[in-house]
Amino acid sequence: MTYIAKPKFHHPGLKKNELGYTHRDYEGKISTLCAGCGHDSITASIIEACYELSIEPHRVAKISGIGCSSKTPDYFLGNSHGFNSVHGRMPSVLTGANLANRDLIYLGVSGDGDSASIGFGQFAHSIRRGVNMTYIVENNGVYGLTKGQFSATADRGSKSKKGVTNTDNAIDLVAIALQLGATFVARSFSGDKDQLVPLIAAAIRHKGSSFIDVISPCIAFNNHAGSTKSFDYVREHNDAVNRLDVLVGRDPIAVDYAPGTVQVVEQHDGSKIALRKIDADYDPHDRLGAQTFLARHAAKGQIVTGLLYVDPDAEDLHAHLNTVETPLNTLEADTLCPGSAVLDKINASLR
Amino acid sequence: MPDKKPISSVNDFVVRFANVNGSGSASANEMFARAILRHGVPVSPRNIFPSNIQGLPTWYEVRVTEAGHLGARGGVDMMVAMNPQTWDKDVAGIEPGGYLFYDSTKPMPSTKFRDDITVIGVPLTAITNSTYTDPRQRQLFKNIIYLGALSALLEMDPKLIEQLIGEQYKGKEKLLSSNVHALHLGRDWALQNLKCPIGLRVKKSDKVGDRIFIEGNSAAALGAVYGGATVCAWYPITPSSSVAEAFTAHCKKYRHDPETGKAKYAIVQGEDELASIGIVIGASWNGARAFTATSGPGISLMTEFIGLSYFAEIPAVIMNIQRAGPSTGMPTRTQQCDIIACAYASHGDTKHVLLFPEDPAEAFEFAAAAFDLAERLQTTIFLMLDLDIGMNHRLCRPLKWDDARQYDRGKVMTAEMLEEGRDFGRYLDVDGDGIPYRTYPGTHPTKGSYFTRGTSRDRYARYSEEGTVYADNMQRLVRKFETAQDLVPRPLQANAERPTKYGVIYFGSTSPAMDEAIGMLEARGHQLDRLRIRAFPFHSSVASFLAEHDFVYVVEQNRDSQLRQLIVNENGIDPVRLVPIVHYDGTPITARLIAKAIGDHQDHLKVTPLRKAVS
Repeated sequence: MTYIAKPKFHHPGLKKNELGYTHRDYEGKISTLCAGCGHDSITASIIEACYELSIEPHRVAKISGIGCSSKTPDYFLGNSHGFNSVHGRMPSVLTGANLANRDLIYLGVSGDGDSASIGFGQFAHSIRRGVNMTYIVENNGVYGLTKGQFSATADRGSKSKKGVTNTDNAIDLVAIALQLGATFVARSFSGDKDQLVPLIAAAIRHKGSSFIDVISPCIAFNNHAGSTKSFDYVREHNDAVNRLDVLVGRDPIAVDYAPGTVQVVEQHDGSKIALRKIDADYDPHDRLGAQTFLARHAAKGQIVTGLLYVDPDAEDLHAHLNTVETPLNTLEADTLCPGSAVLDKINASLR
Repeated sequence: MPDKKPISSVNDFVVRFANVNGSGSASANEMFARAILRHGVPVSPRNIFPSNIQGLPTWYEVRVTEAGHLGARGGVDMMVAMNPQTWDKDVAGIEPGGYLFYDSTKPMPSTKFRDDITVIGVPLTAITNSTYTDPRQRQLFKNIIYLGALSALLEMDPKLIEQLIGEQYKGKEKLLSSNVHALHLGRDWALQNLKCPIGLRVKKSDKVGDRIFIEGNSAAALGAVYGGATVCAWYPITPSSSVAEAFTAHCKKYRHDPETGKAKYAIVQGEDELASIGIVIGASWNGARAFTATSGPGISLMTEFIGLSYFAEIPAVIMNIQRAGPSTGMPTRTQQCDIIACAYASHGDTKHVLLFPEDPAEAFEFAAAAFDLAERLQTTIFLMLDLDIGMNHRLCRPLKWDDARQYDRGKVMTAEMLEEGRDFGRYLDVDGDGIPYRTYPGTHPTKGSYFTRGTSRDRYARYSEEGTVYADNMQRLVRKFETAQDLVPRPLQANAERPTKYGVIYFGSTSPAMDEAIGMLEARGHQLDRLRIRAFPFHSSVASFLAEHDFVYVVEQNRDSQLRQLIVNENGIDPVRLVPIVHYDGTPITARLIAKAIGDHQDHLKVTPLRKAVS
């Protein structure tokens, strides 16, 4: 833990977004993670995405579990409420928070231990329910805080820093999210900001359960030869299906690719995702196709990144529950309590 | 003729129905209980059922009690033995002079009966089979036919039963008339072939008054509706599932926007109890009133979150419908066995607020109050029901609500307050009551946000591992718990007619049995002051009560006398002065048991000590 306060002053010429906020307004406390940690790059990408989307920082609720990744919400969006909850239980806390106030943006930050091991059930069920959230797993395949044990996303045959070989099969959270009905599924790499920032932005704009698995090498315990989550390994085995831009409102980003390789996806809220296709025959609207594509590449030892699947017409849990538009946390006795006259009738029916 | 005089009693007896579960007997049996209520005679029914769906024994016991004793009595005056599996045990359980009602279609060997009871055979199967051909109809109407026969034997007014059938099948004419027909089939057969009435009789009275007949779980769920709960997350577990189901039913009726049809609530069946409490914590953190309902095993699973709620100070309401533990224990049997587990739930130093309603009326009131308390105290509030209150219909005073009542949302700092420049420290004790202010997420663009965590932090919610900072916070939490003492429902004291050195403490579902036992003890010459504890932390009047009495009996439904342990622990009382009276076989505690245990102890105390006699 660092005790150094982050200075508040900044260059007067810093660029401002639509709301007049600078980058600095989206930052949080100084990170206490190891220098060079992949998670810090993800933090930077989250800041960038929120800045670009001109989100009001205080309208975001950041919720995490326990672990290195789960500490990161302290390092971005300093004016947002954050909740570093219980190991593996971010999804349920986020679900509850979302039910209480449907008007905020929910950012769930978790790790591979948090989501694939102790919290695998909660991960699965929050996705099943279609909670409107952006669920980011900062995936390094290792338990950092407890010094280097394998997590459930560590590939079979990969070696720990101490030289132990993992004999358990790996869980691919992206494959599971696709199967469980997530309506926005992507994978990226912490070192690839160009790909990650638009993915996070698109996920935030998506109304439904968005899941992003971000491979994020642990420089202390999982960045050695033999690891399949190291910087070098991921760079060598990355197969990107697409690049994307997010177009919100009046300031569309020019897409400078040939029209034949760009596909525009309009989301429920009117924002557009422009997919700059690298793999020409990849269709991000085909859940089954995405599953097959993923499995085929996994068999070849390739890590597929990019937007794998999106359902632009997704419905969220509030739609399933048919809840009122007004956030539930603002309702008071006048609308919630049926009153004494009704109670008298109930009493009469119980005699 | 039996060789023991048949029991003769008007409006004071126990009828027990022995059935096979899944046979449709439950609604006929419940109708029997309701019919007696319609005579103006109080009843106290109890389901005794297995953890199973079909085919196992189940019993329904109706205590008919003009005197209004709503606790279990013990003993059976009339057994309606409809289950061959349990025949021997059922017959053996009848009080000498009691009655056995059975289906006499097939002859039974005389060894299967007793000489000291009255045996009443009605050929139920024969009557049913000669009237109905459909197997399902045969099954269901057989139950109504025995209800008809019983109405004749007990001299009940058939019009009142017809009225109940009419209410139940309103608008379903065919069902209505066929049920009335079945009722009279049984009734007429009994009137023509048996000596009616028997010694047990129901006579019209006026002892029910305006009381209502409701299950505790349904009342608690209604309390949650009135108390403003908008989020409910739960995982099915007996005997608590009917809380969430009742909440769902009540919300469907009373919580939909009349114009849009949209729901002013959200109910999620979680994948387990961890998710359920997680959803409750998340929703409460975000300013909604949220609750879960569970039982012992669920509490065990939730404890990590309960510690978070205590330490990070997040409101939560947990309704614990207690059943016999440990482990899976006896899932369908009642106990008050989670007192310690809930009072000190979670690792580290924790203490939690517990509320102990005695009946459905208090379950309603305390459930609604629990949400105010949770938000005021920013911590978990346990509503401690048990199977006996939760899953049985209980006669209780009508539910009341004051329309002027507003919800106490506790100390919440608003955007306006932050704008005024109020100092916001999430864990800052500004009023000396140990309760800090909180903000809801999304309140203000630049002020009032904070990072919630289960790790230690300072008064301004900044992470800190400093020992003094940690201890400062833990001490404030003690202050907050002291504040809670005066906010929770106070104990109720009832003194004996004459001053006495002896007292008794009890709580929750023990209440009706205790009230009845007091009368029995008085008849034996024992005077006892009573204190009914309604919440933990204990109000100062508990300590006063202990100080005023030489011996205090603590009556409860668990093996280890858990409330007594809690009193000893929290009040620093000499344990010798607190005499445990426990009952824990899974059946509800009875007045007979309490009166015997206390009476015997009292008799023992009153034996003059040897030394004193000699000197």
